[in-house]
Amino acid sequence: MTTTHAPASPATHSRRLTTSKAMVEAIAFEMERDPSVFYLGEDVGSYGGIFGSTGGLLDRFGPDRVIDTPISESAFIGLGIGAAVEGMRPVVELMFADFMGVCLDQIYNHMAKIHFESGGNVRVPMVLTTAAGGGYSDGAQHSQCLWGTFAHLPGMKVVVPSGPADAKGLMTAAIRDDNPVVYMFHKGVMGLPWMAKNPRATDEVPADDYEIPIGSASVVREGTDVSVVTISLSVHHALDVAEELAGEIDVEVLDLRSLVPLDREAILSSVAKTRRLVVVDEDYRSFGMSGEVVATITDHDPGLLSRPVERVAVPDVPIPYAHDLEYAVLPRQDRIEAAVRRVVAG
Amino acid sequence: MTTRAARPSIPQPSGGAAGDALDPAVRRGLYETMVLSRTYEEAILREYHADKGPGFDIGKGLIPGEMHLSAGQEPVAAGICAHLTTDDAVTATHRPHHFAVAHGVDLRRMTAEIFGREGGLGRGRGGHMHLFDPATHFSCSGIIAEGYPPALGQAFAFHRQGTDRIAVAVTGEGAANQGAFHESLNLAARWRLPVVFVVEDNDWGISVARTASTAVDSNADRAVAYGIPGERIEGNEVEAVHDAARRAVARARAGEGPSLIEVHTLRLWGHFEGDAQGYRFDLEEAPSHDPLPRYEARLREAGVLDDTAVEQIRSAASERVEDAIAFAMSSPVPDPASATSYVFA
Repeated sequence: MTTTHAPASPATHSRRLTTSKAMVEAIAFEMERDPSVFYLGEDVGSYGGIFGSTGGLLDRFGPDRVIDTPISESAFIGLGIGAAVEGMRPVVELMFADFMGVCLDQIYNHMAKIHFESGGNVRVPMVLTTAAGGGYSDGAQHSQCLWGTFAHLPGMKVVVPSGPADAKGLMTAAIRDDNPVVYMFHKGVMGLPWMAKNPRATDEVPADDYEIPIGSASVVREGTDVSVVTISLSVHHALDVAEELAGEIDVEVLDLRSLVPLDREAILSSVAKTRRLVVVDEDYRSFGMSGEVVATITDHDPGLLSRPVERVAVPDVPIPYAHDLEYAVLPRQDRIEAAVRRVVAG
Repeated sequence: MTTRAARPSIPQPSGGAAGDALDPAVRRGLYETMVLSRTYEEAILREYHADKGPGFDIGKGLIPGEMHLSAGQEPVAAGICAHLTTDDAVTATHRPHHFAVAHGVDLRRMTAEIFGREGGLGRGRGGHMHLFDPATHFSCSGIIAEGYPPALGQAFAFHRQGTDRIAVAVTGEGAANQGAFHESLNLAARWRLPVVFVVEDNDWGISVARTASTAVDSNADRAVAYGIPGERIEGNEVEAVHDAARRAVARARAGEGPSLIEVHTLRLWGHFEGDAQGYRFDLEEAPSHDPLPRYEARLREAGVLDDTAVEQIRSAASERVEDAIAFAMSSPVPDPASATSYVFA
């Protein structure tokens, strides 16, 4: 694996951890280091987070710093905002990204705008964590990614790690950031014991303290024939396809790691090399990340592309419940491979 | 089916023996705060309308955009903020000036913000509904009821930091029907957060009378649902507000949790400037219920104020306000090239 910013020196001791354990390790380290950090949300205490985002934190830090809330997202996300304004560093969990509607005002009108409206005089250093994504028949209200929606609204960084080492380094950076950071973890990359096993959800994670700068993409596989630009669980699917096609088509896979800021340089330099682009996004196709990635190329120099771009995204339909229907709309290996073949065939 | 809204009741003086025991200096201070607030808004009104023509173009003039003035509601802010220091937080509504004035927000920088100038609290990025002053922990929100949740967090932080500082969260009566209002009351009560929730019932949610929007006569009754004290104050009397706030603030500082105070107050002017108020059937009598001359008369009667003192207070207020206006006008307009600054720290 090649990264534009190495997460740690090669000498660092590392272990194999799931993404959720790596994420928790970063939170625990920051809570240890900085008493103003606390974690707040639904079922984050003794349950350990519905998707394993806080496992073991309650035992270690107690109920004053790992705090179960009532089911009142506006109130407790707003609480995080007020606490951040007064100098604390809250990490607040919105259980599913799909629930953003019940508290969206606090997110985009308050959390994300206060710094701007104050002319830079007030900072809101909080992290909003939330679970995204489908693939396990949880239906239209519990399977969305919606990172394009968060990214569309100015004033919050949007981080979406794809695996354990990144999850730790990006979480550390998110907590230390003086801005609101929305940290979105796809359920399918967490390494949860109760979901289909994803072999890449467990990986080497450096044991020490490190940050991965928010806004730096990672070339997770180098290639010369086509760039697959993507994020989160789709990185794993893209790697599956790249490995499958190795020897036939040399696929480069770029993991954006964050939507805001977007590492446009990394997109441009990958496409300048391969001259062919497939964008894979588990969010809705229209008005979202895939269009933004394409615009990054065409705004700069449409001549970089030797072929029309292929976009593999959710075709602007709510995520269906039935397994076969859901898999038909998700950007999984079959659709990615077909897109790669089409874009290379020309 | 349509139901005609019951006629709103204009706040009536209650006779007010309760506050007569107040120290004369405190009474004078409450009056001064109310006068400063009113003087301020009269000046804003003057500047707002100075250059909106020909006709009325809301986006034109020295002060562009919507303008929501709080004249008539001064007793609420003066009575509550008298118990606060600038270490305490106040989160006001989209009608925020009286609370900003009463809480001691710098008048010059607030005015510059309202004028959209670089010297403003938010360097012209916020505007009159979005004032943020970290020096006094003052903020406000343009979204109904949504100023309540962040106030919980300020209270949470103050408590965690081992202080007896508190947060005051203000909404209008229309906001008491929003979810964020109820979520906030429940959470603050359950966690005993040091918050004083204030509801300003001016009878009107823009054009809709409280009696047409709200199922209960008093939002203070809703406190019962959350196991916290709730008190409704009739009469728009600053000393009655002061008295209730004394209890609520002491309770919050002592770590005993939040309280809810609803004040039946008076929106003397329109919802926003330019609002013809054709819907309003209490308009003719409203000016006669202006709490400011009423309180002044009461203090004159009690010997706290005389002509000289009133004149002194008015001219001091006027001087401060005109100084703030002058400061705002002399502050530069923000450079359009900096329009995208301050999105991120």
